[in-house]
Amino acid sequence: MRLQCPHCGPRGLAEFTYHGDATVQRPVDRGAGSSAAWADYVYLRDNKAGVHQEYWYHQAGCHAWLVVTRHMRSHEVMAVRAAMVRA
Amino acid sequence: MSGRRLATGGLIDRARPVDFSFDGKAYQGFAGDTLASALLANGVRLFGRSFKYHRPRGVLSDGVEEPNALVEWRDGARREANTRATVAEIFPGLAARSQNRFPSLKFDLLSVNNALAPLFAAGFYYKTFMWPASFWERVYEPLIRRAAGLGRNAGLADPDAYEAVNLFCDVLVIGGGKAGIAEAMAAARAGGRVLLCDERAGLGGQALSDGEAVDNGALAALPNLRIMNRTTVFGVYDGGVYGAVTRLTDHLPVHEAAGPRQRYCRIMATRAVLASGAIERPMVFAHNDRPGVMLAGAVRAYIHRYAVAPGARAVLFLNHDEAARTIPSMAGAGMAIAAVVDGRAASGAAVHDAAKAVGAPVFAGAAVTRALGRMGVTGAEIRGADGGMFRVACDIIAVSGGWNPALHLTSHLDGKPVWDDKIAAFIPGSLPPGMVVAGAAAGAGINEGIIPLWHVPSRPETSFVDFQNDVTVKDLTLAQQEGFGATEHVKRYTTLGMATDQGKTGNVNALGIMAGGCAMMGTTRFRPPYTPVAIGALAGAHRGMRFRPVRLTPTHGWAEAQGAMFTDAGLWKRAQYFPQGGEDWREAMVREVSAVRQSVGICDVTTLGKIDIQGPDAVAFLEFVYANGWRNLAVGRARYGLMLREDGFVMDDGTCARLGEWHFLMTTTTANAARVMQHLEFCHQVLRSDLDVRFASVTEAWAQVALAGPRARDVLARLVDDDADVSNEALPYMGVRAVRLRQGVPARVFRLSFSGELAYEIAVPARFGADLPAWLMASGADFGITPYGTEALGVMRIEKGHPAGAELNGQTTAHDLGLGRLLSKAKDYVGRAMSQRPALCDPARPGLVGLQPLDGVSPLRAGSHMLRPGAPANAAHDEGYVTSAAFSPTLGHPIALALLAGGVARQGETIRVYDPVRDGDALALVVNPVFYDPTGSRLRG
Amino acid sequence: MRYSALSVLKQALTGHKGWQPAWRDAVPAPHYDVVIIGGGGHGLATAFYLARDYDVGRIAVVERSWLGNGSIGRNTTIIRSNYLLPGNLPFYELSLKLWEGLERDINYNAMVSQRGVYNLFHSDMQRDAYARRGNAMRLHGIDAVLLDRAALRKTIPYLDYENARFPIQGALLQARGGTVRHDAVAWGYARAAAKLGVDIIQNCEVTGIRQMGGVAVGVETSRGYIGAGKIGMAVAGATSQVAAMAGLRLPIESHALQAFVSEAVKPLVDHVITFGAGHFYISQSDKGGLVFGGDIDGYNSYAARGNLPTIEDVCEGGMAMMPMLGRARLVRHWGGVMDMSMDGSPIIDKTPVTNLYLNAGWCYGGFKATPASGVCFAHLIAREAPHEVAVGYRLDRFAEGWVIDEKGSGAQPNLH
Repeated sequence: MRLQCPHCGPRGLAEFTYHGDATVQRPVDRGAGSSAAWADYVYLRDNKAGVHQEYWYHQAGCHAWLVVTRHMRSHEVMAVRAAMVRA
Repeated sequence: MSGRRLATGGLIDRARPVDFSFDGKAYQGFAGDTLASALLANGVRLFGRSFKYHRPRGVLSDGVEEPNALVEWRDGARREANTRATVAEIFPGLAARSQNRFPSLKFDLLSVNNALAPLFAAGFYYKTFMWPASFWERVYEPLIRRAAGLGRNAGLADPDAYEAVNLFCDVLVIGGGKAGIAEAMAAARAGGRVLLCDERAGLGGQALSDGEAVDNGALAALPNLRIMNRTTVFGVYDGGVYGAVTRLTDHLPVHEAAGPRQRYCRIMATRAVLASGAIERPMVFAHNDRPGVMLAGAVRAYIHRYAVAPGARAVLFLNHDEAARTIPSMAGAGMAIAAVVDGRAASGAAVHDAAKAVGAPVFAGAAVTRALGRMGVTGAEIRGADGGMFRVACDIIAVSGGWNPALHLTSHLDGKPVWDDKIAAFIPGSLPPGMVVAGAAAGAGINEGIIPLWHVPSRPETSFVDFQNDVTVKDLTLAQQEGFGATEHVKRYTTLGMATDQGKTGNVNALGIMAGGCAMMGTTRFRPPYTPVAIGALAGAHRGMRFRPVRLTPTHGWAEAQGAMFTDAGLWKRAQYFPQGGEDWREAMVREVSAVRQSVGICDVTTLGKIDIQGPDAVAFLEFVYANGWRNLAVGRARYGLMLREDGFVMDDGTCARLGEWHFLMTTTTANAARVMQHLEFCHQVLRSDLDVRFASVTEAWAQVALAGPRARDVLARLVDDDADVSNEALPYMGVRAVRLRQGVPARVFRLSFSGELAYEIAVPARFGADLPAWLMASGADFGITPYGTEALGVMRIEKGHPAGAELNGQTTAHDLGLGRLLSKAKDYVGRAMSQRPALCDPARPGLVGLQPLDGVSPLRAGSHMLRPGAPANAAHDEGYVTSAAFSPTLGHPIALALLAGGVARQGETIRVYDPVRDGDALALVVNPVFYDPTGSRLRG
Repeated sequence: MRYSALSVLKQALTGHKGWQPAWRDAVPAPHYDVVIIGGGGHGLATAFYLARDYDVGRIAVVERSWLGNGSIGRNTTIIRSNYLLPGNLPFYELSLKLWEGLERDINYNAMVSQRGVYNLFHSDMQRDAYARRGNAMRLHGIDAVLLDRAALRKTIPYLDYENARFPIQGALLQARGGTVRHDAVAWGYARAAAKLGVDIIQNCEVTGIRQMGGVAVGVETSRGYIGAGKIGMAVAGATSQVAAMAGLRLPIESHALQAFVSEAVKPLVDHVITFGAGHFYISQSDKGGLVFGGDIDGYNSYAARGNLPTIEDVCEGGMAMMPMLGRARLVRHWGGVMDMSMDGSPIIDKTPVTNLYLNAGWCYGGFKATPASGVCFAHLIAREAPHEVAVGYRLDRFAEGWVIDEKGSGAQPNLH
């Protein structure tokens, strides 16, 4: 598998590390401690057998976190973008 | 004696005779011979013994699909098991041996299995060997293991080297037969970068085996085409990545083999053309495994490629037109053709014409029912169209049941081959992205006029489907009878297709037999590699000392010169201790600790992760990633920082110094440096991109040395420029300053202490790191300044009760480590919410305590568990475990840190330290984990 | 027919005509008291123990493909109970004990081979971590021996002791650990369960879970609706998909784990050995193939295959540990889909949907758990309460924080 790093170009899998589902949203911490929303964020995943958005880190490259859209059965990579959205 | 070398022809180099041996006997062949062709030329028919029944076996094929003629290749540490004689090229001095036989190939004791074959039907072992239970490991299994297996691994380290390369191309052409050559030519002329890989020594493929001339001269003129011979593309992977191996020196004697043995290639190809040809199917009849039964295409290959007539008198058994080419080939080689047996009721003109031309009788609608002869074919039993049986004398039965496209690579990414009734073969189904298939691999031009003949029944039924694993038609029938009819069940129950050839000749016949005239079932899934690949090749250079890189600190050379012993810390080498005059590690450690506690010592701490953080929002960022607060840290000061994972457990700790208003330097533990960097990037790029902050790892940019001990300030004062004030007032505990050393080198001084003494960490740009220890040693010579290693460092941190790797094990919370007070209540930070879950705040959780032996001498060891004295030693009474332990030279007795249920509240209790795996059992007193200077007066002094 | 040496001999003399199908290939009935989804090792074992030990009425196992198509037929066959944490130790030890008696329980020789599992260590800290583990095992009444380098070298002389980047210092040995012929486990349980009246229904894919008022009442399948008093899920890599049919979201990701086998060679590796300085483990099958593997590929996947970086990593580990592997040839590598849980430990629990039970999260360690998983899941389904060795495998442990995290990797499945 290869990923098209938006900064470095197409690179082999060995340069990247994986983090997981990129659709989960970190709840706002209002100081109330753990809640169902937090447990969801940290632990629960859709884990669909289809198209998946996921975080990858270009560890041996530019250190960018990427959002990769990839199919879980074919491993086809449909899109790669930088995770960071600058204000 | 059966085969012989023809006087003329072939692609061998008759000017270069090659002497070699097989089973200790000397033979001669020619350059260009495989072991199979050379032995056949010498009249050898018996090559090996089969896996289960130890039946005598010869050569079936001329290619990678060979199930029978497997040998041990070379000697000593280079001995290689299961090498296919049909593709291995001979060289002068080669020693090859037959395998899976005892005491000799001709007389094999275990061929008794053949007589017991009825007992050893498919799956018999699942039904027996159950009593008594203890006999499985002691009796049955060793017997089975010894009988099974094929060749012997050398059992010695592989002495050869391997290398790996990355190759990029626009078009990868797999297979250098006629189709592959044409595809490569067309692709190269179109202008892209083209790679043409072929598994043999030269291009030409099946055409050469059929005696055709192949013109590939034009290829050489194309500069954008690279031909890689002896290269097998073994697998297809995601994203247009192909795995290949080039055999560089396997065909050479050791003394000529300069450089690596094999080269592993990762090929990145935009497009690929699979032109891998086809593999011929044997016929399934009684004793079809006898030496002398050979694929018709192989017979032609031995004649045309190697100028070897594999026999003197042949029977040809076929069911399609193309195999008729074998008739003129054999006749041209001077072989008599005793009979052409065509399984089809109406034999095609191709067969008739060819047979007529050489005067060979044709029996249409007939079948070979049995091979006669035991150690080799002596005749064929034939059933005529009228049902009448007769026998014909012969020493070769050339068989062709049609061809199977070599479509293996098309299914590596899940593509399912589909059955084509017209050519009675599986053809490629859906293809890997970017791949097309050409020539026979796509089913083109094969199996003209075929009428499938999957099996010729006979009694008793001794017809082999998978030769190497000795799977017979009876086994298939039994599997079906017992409910193992699904393709994968047959495979697993009978071991069909699981041998070194992975069913290349047997699987489709088996499916045909199982279908019994009904629609063909799907194939089992083809998996990489296409042909077996040496594990050494896939590992490349990463073995022995080169298994993983070595990271050296700038002071490494200096430490080496001091006679340091080194230890591994991740990839780093760190000085473990500096023995003097025959000291062992413990004596050295005691001396080094005492020197630091009493005077002064130095220790390289470069390996700690260092991350430079800058930006207007740097403080806000630290607030987010650390559990404790950062808002009030003054410039020129450092602070201990505790980092949690989002699940609330401790991730890492370290210090972070404020070098400027917007500028911080964070340190991490050595082990977690990369992980923390990645985590910070995640926190910033994904979670808090609103913060204006940047950071970079500067671990290798700075050499850092700890200077510790009561005399540390005196040494430091001599090290720095005269005008640099390093007094307690100017540089207090946790103070940070940029200074200039007397040598004119810029440096940073951090007043941090891991040892618990007055201590500094001095950082200089890495290029000065090699000199820094010597400067320090010179500055402290009259204080007896002493280099210390990680042993002493570790002991002093245990004396101080600092958590380190063994405590920061990913299973502990801030409360567990006695750091709960650091958790800020005033801000959002990573891990805050989840650190408040009930289980993480349970007061019964194990907490960090100190231990010291009641008797003052019993050693305590990390990894010991703790029990209440008098309680039974079982899991119900397990109260925790010892995380770190050492002999404390400062206190004069062993000490330990432990995670004990209930934690510090249990100070003063006696606990049993239980270590049955090392026969340890001692009583210890639970004490404060800070053994040394609990008020911290020394480090502040 | 009962399997025995005598029956094999008798059949051999009469042309093997008397063997019956190992299990009945059943046609689905309209309703069962218990339907187990998943005809893999865990599902079949659950059905067997349910039928043998409890009175729950009619039981069916539904399998979307052929029986044993999942991880039970793709794993590297290792059994052991050398765990670290109290939440896991009693469970895996029960499993090992059940393996030890399996042949008698199911009258099928699954070739349970207690050849010893050796975990190598390469540093003082790793030694102490293994001591912690070995001591925990001993406190649970499980065999564990800490070997130093000299003792290890005596038993396993062919490792790289002289020229290693990370020198081997010793090993933790569990002598009772070993290997089992994986397919035979599925077949043996299927045969034994069918004998007790369990319907085994192959090629029957569950496409929906029918609920009435928060109560599961049956499964929609490719072969029609099947009513069920209780439904047990034991579908490993497909857990999230089946759970989603009941509206559940789980702490599970599916990941690909690769496995490898070499050409068969004469006896070479007599034990199970795991490398401590990289991801690599190896044993040798009775047929002679060297069976080995390493880490998961590390990214979510439902494709039963992996990629080259992991293949290289595994082979590098192999060569670093035992350089005699260089000339052994890899003959096949494949992948399986692992239900990686968020703490690396399994879940055997009720779900928020009444009468729907969950058995999942086995990560890459489900094979060795097969018998105990069956016993505990059967207990849960029949008794409505967790088995005493599986009390920690609750679904709510994640929200509460009672995670069972052997590696200390946190909520990141690809690191477990």
